[in-house]
Amino acid sequence: MTKIWQFALFLWLTVVIILAFLWAPLAEGLGEYTRIIYFHVPAAWLTVLSFLLGAIYSIIYIKKREIKFDLYAESASQIGLVFCLLATVTGSIWAKVSWGSFWNWDPRETSIFILLLIYAAYFALRSAIEQEERKAALAAVYSLFAFVSVPFFVFIVPRIYSSLHPDPIVNPEGRINMDSKMLTTFISSLFGFTLFFIWIFKRKIDLIGLKLNLKKMEL
Amino acid sequence: MKYDMQIIVRSLGKNFGAQKVFKNLNFELSDGQSLAITGPNGSGKTTLVRVYSYIGLVGPYLELYEELTALENLRFFARMRGIKDAFNRSMNLLQRLGLDGRGDDPVKNYSSGMRQRLKYVFALLHEPHVLILDEPTSNLDVQGVNTVYGIMTEQKKDKILILATNDQADVKYGDQQIAVGP
Amino acid sequence: MQLVLKAWFIFQKDLKQEFKTRYSINAILLFAIVTLVTVSFSIGTFAASAEIKSSLLWIILFFAAMSGLAHIFVREEEKHTADTLKLVAQPMSIFLGKFLFNFILLIVLEIITLPLFFAVMNFSVEGVTVLLSVLLIGSIGLSAGATMIAAIIAKASAKGALFTVLSFPILLPVLIAGISGTKIAVYESTFKAAGAELQMLFAYAVVVITAALLLFDFVWKE
Repeated sequence: MTKIWQFALFLWLTVVIILAFLWAPLAEGLGEYTRIIYFHVPAAWLTVLSFLLGAIYSIIYIKKREIKFDLYAESASQIGLVFCLLATVTGSIWAKVSWGSFWNWDPRETSIFILLLIYAAYFALRSAIEQEERKAALAAVYSLFAFVSVPFFVFIVPRIYSSLHPDPIVNPEGRINMDSKMLTTFISSLFGFTLFFIWIFKRKIDLIGLKLNLKKMEL
Repeated sequence: MKYDMQIIVRSLGKNFGAQKVFKNLNFELSDGQSLAITGPNGSGKTTLVRVYSYIGLVGPYLELYEELTALENLRFFARMRGIKDAFNRSMNLLQRLGLDGRGDDPVKNYSSGMRQRLKYVFALLHEPHVLILDEPTSNLDVQGVNTVYGIMTEQKKDKILILATNDQADVKYGDQQIAVGP
Repeated sequence: MQLVLKAWFIFQKDLKQEFKTRYSINAILLFAIVTLVTVSFSIGTFAASAEIKSSLLWIILFFAAMSGLAHIFVREEEKHTADTLKLVAQPMSIFLGKFLFNFILLIVLEIITLPLFFAVMNFSVEGVTVLLSVLLIGSIGLSAGATMIAAIIAKASAKGALFTVLSFPILLPVLIAGISGTKIAVYESTFKAAGAELQMLFAYAVVVITAALLLFDFVWKE
């Protein structure tokens, strides 16, 4: 049964890519670069989702102290890191095309970059501790501590950078102007990639389960 | 305040992640009894020994603040524990452990033997009902060892003493013994 | 209140150690002065805008903090006094005591560095009270966050670099609001002008302290 779902997912994503490159119309002034939104926004969304998931599993680990929850948090963060890199890079390309420079410290760019820093710090912390339990505990705490400081960026960054840059911050998606074909492709991509995330995450969980079982058998 | 204390340990096991350190330890200790724990290094003696409150502890990784003097250290810990008449108690204990006159020296000027003895002053300051000693006679000269044996004898008379050691001479001070290891 | 009293004793103990060794204060002061001199020297005769000077001030403070605020926990771990402390104090007292120490350390740094900065960088502000408020409230959040991270990295290896790497994203809101508030203080002297920044710094401090108090138990017991 799972094989069928897997195949369906890949089919869906293939269709999304085809739609993105061949079917959806181009936005004015952006040319071929329009196509980035179909991948950039889902990547950014998945980064946030992973971050949230990591924080949730960190709380669960703190409450239950079972190592698997820490490994789930780590997995979520690994996936998050990858999508964060993708989002940053695609966003940067988009910025170059839209506003003329690769990096502007505009609120959205700053936010995604900070998430990147947090992910990097999380893994730096993990690699600096040998013992499994201590690593899990401290990583979980840092995860949560980072989580509570993130909302402040949402509020403070726009205030600062709107005063630095006199230009209004333009919604990079140009959402207002999306026509139905673009919208269809966009939503399909968002949906498809979310499923993709779930699929990868589930595989990682299964892998973790296998590893833990193997360890138990070795004892 | 007089109270009867009993420590009963059943099926005690400790894991560090996937590694079992020890399992199925059973013992009972009442007032007037002492216990010696033996085992090779890394077998988990020190892990077993990590319990606090109503408890005095001496161990290799329980150092005092070396920038401060002995008395400053003791004053700090006494305040934290709410010990009354701490100054006199400190002075008496310092004398008992052969450290009188050295109270105002910073601990970093102490030799390892002196530090070990100071640890006993720290542990005994609040007159603990349970005294737990990890490697009780390490770094001690003959005189220090004798002082410590005196302390152990006194403790096990009507209170509880637990020691973790591989020194055969120390082990004698345990009425019961358990060996820890795989 | 027992808890707070014990925190106060711990603070006094740390203060006493600091008086004897002057380790932390020397480290952060030296770092701040070296950075200030470097900045001033490299700008030379060019006129830097008030905006840039505001940023530089906070950069100096932040990195100076990174060079000295972790000591309070790292030293306990390295000298094996952490377990001894555990025997006599609950985690919350320990956090509060060391947070207070780091806060005072930071304030002392600012008291010394700020006048120097004003003089060397030819920096002047309209709203001195605004600036001081921004610094004060910002320092609360900064030292709270740094203290928490210090506790986390004290039990890891590669502590120095790790401290900065972990602290930067968490403390960034303070940096951003602090720099912005400082810029505003250059031109304005009313609190209202920097209202958003001050509110945010205050909210941040509250959130960070609360999170730290909730999570510290868990870190310390590891």
